[in-house]
Amino acid sequence: MMLLNYSQPLELTKLIKWFDNLLRASLPEFWTLLIEFVVVALALLAVYVVVALLLIYAERKITAFFQARIGPNRAGKWGLLQSPADMIKILLKEIIKISRSDRFLFFAAPFFMIVASFATFAAIPFGQSLHAIDFNIGVLYVIAISSLGIIGVFLAGWSSNNKYSMIGAMRSGAQFVSYELSAGFALMTIVVLSGTMQFSEMIEGQRYCWNIFNGHISSLIAFVIYLISGHAETNRGPFDLPEAESELTAGYHTEYSGIMFGYYYLAEYLNMFVIASIATTVFLGGYLPFEIQGWDGFNQIMNYIPSYVWFFGKTFVLIFLSLWVRWSFPRLRIDQLLNLEWKYLLPINLLNIVLMVLLVLTGLTLKDLFGIL
Amino acid sequence: MEDIKKLILDTVKDAVIEEKQKLTVTVEWTKLPLLAKTLRNNKDLPFDFLVNLIGVDRGEELGVNYLICSSKDLSKEIVLKTSTTNRENPLLYTVTDIYESAHYSEREVYALLGIRFINNPDMRKFFLNSDWKGFPLRKDYDTNPDINPVSIESKEIQDIAPRIMETEEGQLLEETVKVFEDDDYVINIGPQHPSTHGVMHFRVSLDGENIKKIDVHSGYIHRGIEKLSESLTYPQILHFTDRLDYLSANMNRHALCMCIEQAAEIEVPLRAQYIRTIMDELNRIDSHCLAWATHTNDLGATTAFIYGMREREVILQIFEKTCGGRLIINQNVVGGVMFDIYKDFQKDVKAFIPYMREKLAEYDRFFSHNVIALGRMVNIGHLSKENAIAYGVTGPAGRASGWSCDIRKHIPYALYDQVNFKEVIRTEGDSYARYLNRLDEIEQSLCIIEQLIDNIPEGEICAKTKPIIRLPEGEYHARVEAARGEFGVFIESRGDKFPYRLKFRSPSMQLVSAMPLICKGEKIADFIGIGGSMDYVIPDIDR
Repeated sequence: MMLLNYSQPLELTKLIKWFDNLLRASLPEFWTLLIEFVVVALALLAVYVVVALLLIYAERKITAFFQARIGPNRAGKWGLLQSPADMIKILLKEIIKISRSDRFLFFAAPFFMIVASFATFAAIPFGQSLHAIDFNIGVLYVIAISSLGIIGVFLAGWSSNNKYSMIGAMRSGAQFVSYELSAGFALMTIVVLSGTMQFSEMIEGQRYCWNIFNGHISSLIAFVIYLISGHAETNRGPFDLPEAESELTAGYHTEYSGIMFGYYYLAEYLNMFVIASIATTVFLGGYLPFEIQGWDGFNQIMNYIPSYVWFFGKTFVLIFLSLWVRWSFPRLRIDQLLNLEWKYLLPINLLNIVLMVLLVLTGLTLKDLFGIL
Repeated sequence: MEDIKKLILDTVKDAVIEEKQKLTVTVEWTKLPLLAKTLRNNKDLPFDFLVNLIGVDRGEELGVNYLICSSKDLSKEIVLKTSTTNRENPLLYTVTDIYESAHYSEREVYALLGIRFINNPDMRKFFLNSDWKGFPLRKDYDTNPDINPVSIESKEIQDIAPRIMETEEGQLLEETVKVFEDDDYVINIGPQHPSTHGVMHFRVSLDGENIKKIDVHSGYIHRGIEKLSESLTYPQILHFTDRLDYLSANMNRHALCMCIEQAAEIEVPLRAQYIRTIMDELNRIDSHCLAWATHTNDLGATTAFIYGMREREVILQIFEKTCGGRLIINQNVVGGVMFDIYKDFQKDVKAFIPYMREKLAEYDRFFSHNVIALGRMVNIGHLSKENAIAYGVTGPAGRASGWSCDIRKHIPYALYDQVNFKEVIRTEGDSYARYLNRLDEIEQSLCIIEQLIDNIPEGEICAKTKPIIRLPEGEYHARVEAARGEFGVFIESRGDKFPYRLKFRSPSMQLVSAMPLICKGEKIADFIGIGGSMDYVIPDIDR
């Protein structure tokens, strides 16, 4: 393999290999796997929480700069401890049980949300060898699982016995179903281009030419559509109608308190991360560094930067874009939101797939044109 | 006005016409609707704008004063007076069918004075609960707290409105009507809601996301300011005005001071007039900045909200340096102003003007042409000129409907007749027109300040007044242009050091009264947006 030619001193591959060999040398297959599963799960959980806390902190700080404010600056240096402090606070808070609500569904709802976002999170390749599950239908899996979260929103709205929550949940349903289509089609466009649904293969295929460059016009359209619809799926402004605080106080999670609310909060940030990381993986070469075929010196320098840094770097650029949009635009109205999807994004998307098929069939992708591997 | 007098006498023979501060016409209560209708339909000078509806307990009688003026020329004013001697069951005819804005005012009069209005479609008490005992503004009201104990019990809201209608045969019929249909999906927007700009309570029935009907509940912060004023001396009352529409605190207070000064014939020194006018305009900019900010926030743009607050802060700093207050600045007193300007006042204000202009350009770039913002404002919440006049919607909102209603132009006070400024008028009547009007008015206010700031004359800042101010017997009105529209003060004096009756005309009440009209059929999200564009302040309504 060509990639072994470059020295990658900071990759975790060797460490993981060593750990695996260590276990296998001393334990039977079953126990090895069991321990590894547990370790991977714990590692993912830890990353999950850390990413969420970092995102919350980053959003607060970045928003503060957008808004000519200072942001958190009391807890710890530059307010770094603010998010952990909030986390502890939210854990200690009372969970209010509201009367005349469907108790079981009410408490089950946040778990749908958090489980959906966690299950998606697990399928994301964070770096070389940092990929928990590599399904051969990875793209499909991600689309399918991430839309489970809507059940949590629906249940929350329904079981809260609150009209605001109900309206929020209904809006959310309409919004999610619509934008899921666009997001799915945008990803399908790239599946057509790369010829696989498996994330690892998809990433390897982008070594010298990221998908966004490879399919040029068509990829670019798909990328923009994916960003818009992904942004809409995360229920964040200007698509934050389900919680539209100026209209519905807090929408579907109005009645939740303490950690139950925390789950929604966490899931919202993680969904933002998940959407950005899928975009990174599918369009921007995932954890691969920026390389140019034939420029070995340049590629070597790029490879010194470890793959997980590349991955998180690209993802955070996309998240920054999302924050920028969120804090600049006013909110859409529900009919405008649906118009945007059904009258513009979806038709464009369908045409775009056809365009992509033509590009691939006629050999007009950049890889074909310039003979890139 | 001679024609008008003739017209009045032609319509009602036994009308008593008096030339007081305003032309005052007293008629029997049965004749009032006829006279009002005639005046309203007068061709050349239609008296179609009900400025103020004031219930007064005149001792033997309970009466109502109507200050009406022409929408074409706001300086043409008539006061109609009527009363009833029946204190047990006082009845008057409604003028709601002639002036829409009378609706809530009549309900207010019912709550506070117990006068019921025949043919008013909905005669629930405004401000007070339906089970409140006694009528607070009557002179024989028992203030014993045991009669109306504070209840912390939660009460279901009864959506049933009593009313009293006159049949064609002339019989009075007491009946009740349902406010909502039985199977309406009613949600409560307020009293605790992030976007009602205060403790306002709208009951809204929805059809999906569309609004079918809005029912306004007000009075959550009714503090009985008018009642309180009746037992306080004039200088003691002043601070109440700041607490009505706290965002145009200085302008409100200007109105009350002006009313007292006119009544007591106190000459205000020129320097004080300059300071008052400049402060009023700064206050207006401050208020419009905040209105812009909250409007954008209602549309979901949080960043724009903070930007508006940022500019407002500069003005608040100037206020603070001048008189220590920021929101409520206690600047105007009877006869002038309480504090002189500080040494660098002119420098600070002059630095603010270009700064604000730059920021206005930024607002324009950042928000005014944003495609989502346009989608949320253009052609939303349309208020026609006729309705604006009928509902008495003044201020930037009224001018956005094409109605020239700027008191500063029509009835100049302070120094407004000596400065050049444009009255900003748009004809679209939608949220966007109201939005743009505010931004343009900021520019006009800057112009006014620019013309005055360098010419502040030396001299006294406050005229010498007697230690105890007594107003000669009579009825006095004053009208000023506050940030949200026309703010009015009515004082009835019986020669005492306390007012016999004091009434504020709050612009916000009229803005809210138009909400059910212009929001009908709009989406619930736009209801919030329209509310932001109307920019009402709740304490101003409740008083």
